Amino acid sequence: MMLVIFALLLWAFGWWLNSRLASGPQADSRIVRFLAPVIFGLTVVGAWELLVRGLEVPLVILPAPSAIALRFAGSLDILWADFVQTILKGALSGYVIGCGSAFLMAIAVDRWDFLRLGLLPVGNFVAALPIVGTAPILVMWFGFDWHSKAAVVVVMVFFPMLVNTVAGLREATAMQRDLMETYAATYWQSFVKLRLPAAMPFIFNGLKISTTLALIGAIVAEFFGSPIVGMGFRISTSVGQLSLDMVWAEIVVAALAGTAFYGLVAGIEKVVTFWHPSQRG
Amino acid sequence: MKQVVAILTVVAVIALIWYAACVPMNIKGVLSELERGGAEVQPPTASARRDLGEFGLVVNNTFAIPAAWEKKKPRLPSPHQVVIELWETTVEKKITSKRSLIYHGWVTLSATMLGFVIGTGLGILLAVGIVHSRVMDLSVMPWAIVSQTIPIIALAPMIIVVLYSVGVQGIIPKAIISAYLSFFPVVVGMVKGLRSPDAMQLDLLQTYNASRSQGFWKLRLPASMPYLFTSLKIGIAASLVGAIVGELPTGAVAGLGARLLAGSYYGQTVQIWSALFAAAILAACLVGLLGLVERMVLKRMGMAQ
Repeated sequence: MMLVIFALLLWAFGWWLNSRLASGPQADSRIVRFLAPVIFGLTVVGAWELLVRGLEVPLVILPAPSAIALRFAGSLDILWADFVQTILKGALSGYVIGCGSAFLMAIAVDRWDFLRLGLLPVGNFVAALPIVGTAPILVMWFGFDWHSKAAVVVVMVFFPMLVNTVAGLREATAMQRDLMETYAATYWQSFVKLRLPAAMPFIFNGLKISTTLALIGAIVAEFFGSPIVGMGFRISTSVGQLSLDMVWAEIVVAALAGTAFYGLVAGIEKVVTFWHPSQRG
Repeated sequence: MKQVVAILTVVAVIALIWYAACVPMNIKGVLSELERGGAEVQPPTASARRDLGEFGLVVNNTFAIPAAWEKKKPRLPSPHQVVIELWETTVEKKITSKRSLIYHGWVTLSATMLGFVIGTGLGILLAVGIVHSRVMDLSVMPWAIVSQTIPIIALAPMIIVVLYSVGVQGIIPKAIISAYLSFFPVVVGMVKGLRSPDAMQLDLLQTYNASRSQGFWKLRLPASMPYLFTSLKIGIAASLVGAIVGELPTGAVAGLGARLLAGSYYGQTVQIWSALFAAAILAACLVGLLGLVERMVLKRMGMAQ
């Protein structure tokens, strides 16, 4: 009971600290902007730990953060093997193939108006569909190993990337295109020097959306069949064995990988599109 | 008009590629079946056929091409097989039958809708809180944004099993996954929308001596509608994916996800494809319906272009 009261006190203290920070004179400084979410996160984890211990929640329902951390530290080799199998082999290769082919397709779609008229509505339509459902089919075709996971990722990221890139390639204004024309620029010159740079914010938008989709595709495809390694495999078998601390450890890995992957793409975006208003100031 | 022609052409080309792909995908199985049925197949032994490759087999056995489009349990079913299966399992089966896609679709749809309503409701509430409370903005908003980069769906099997162990089963666990997936897009979109009135408009309300709640109901909420509908469309698609994935660990009882899993266990490819198309049609209808509501609402509010 003491621990539950402690949890409530900790929650109240964290909230009080944050409200002091938010209404204080430094409220808009970078330190507060960084500290406030960190304090909130630590409060949640601390209250979680205390509540689980205080109420004696069984492990099969919710393991305490300390148990998850212990399991995480104790099975680093398994987690690393799963990470390599699912993220590096499955998600990343599929991401590169899918985004690359969508980019090339987008150039073709942009070049021929007929394709744009016909393919773009179809692409928009497909981008909203539950494409994860193709996982069982692709697992059947490409086998249990990471190739089928990469194939699912390719199908998942292709259309969002295509739609975004095509939208981006139309971003340069008529005035700018006319200017290139007066320079007697060829199609490829004006493509490389004007329209591709102008399309970059859209392309990176597509790339950022695709990072999450790639991880989802790679993990869910493993629910339909996989070798005895991989994050989706580990999650589904650990759930079956009711060792939820392992599941949570995998979720931590997935969260870290997802955030790092997204952060990496966002970082590249910052370098490439330094000129765009959203990146300045 | 030109656009309709273009779309139809693209769809027709896709169908053609699909039919063409069926032949090499299915040719091996078809030839084995034909040989067992007593037909002359080139080359005659199975091991020689294995070495020849799919395209060589097609060239040598052009007579088998029509059979590749009609094979049972094909690697890639042809479009008309999928359409026939869809027709048989939706129109010709009674909707109470366990083999009716409408029955399975309804199971998935009800979980999707329940989760979507819960998720968007909570999402809008949190967004209102974030916009009005500086503390929540500083402490919760970064987590809401980060959570969008996390493959939350990995939680699905665990949520199902945990809820099962505390005695909750049926529609609720799937709805929770759906709610969870539609929650964050709505929060982020709605916060953006509630912040979209510019300083000029907010100042105007100040000069009217409007209270905070008046400012919310008369300016912020109406201004957020376009953003809300955009995120609702993302949210409902995510909800449907959540409901389908949520059906996988329950052991393939009912729902479109269960049809997918059962089909992949028993090699019933036509069943997988028809479930996939049913899910696609369902998603298209839901997003289309929201689009229609969006158009009507924005038109009534004088915001539609």
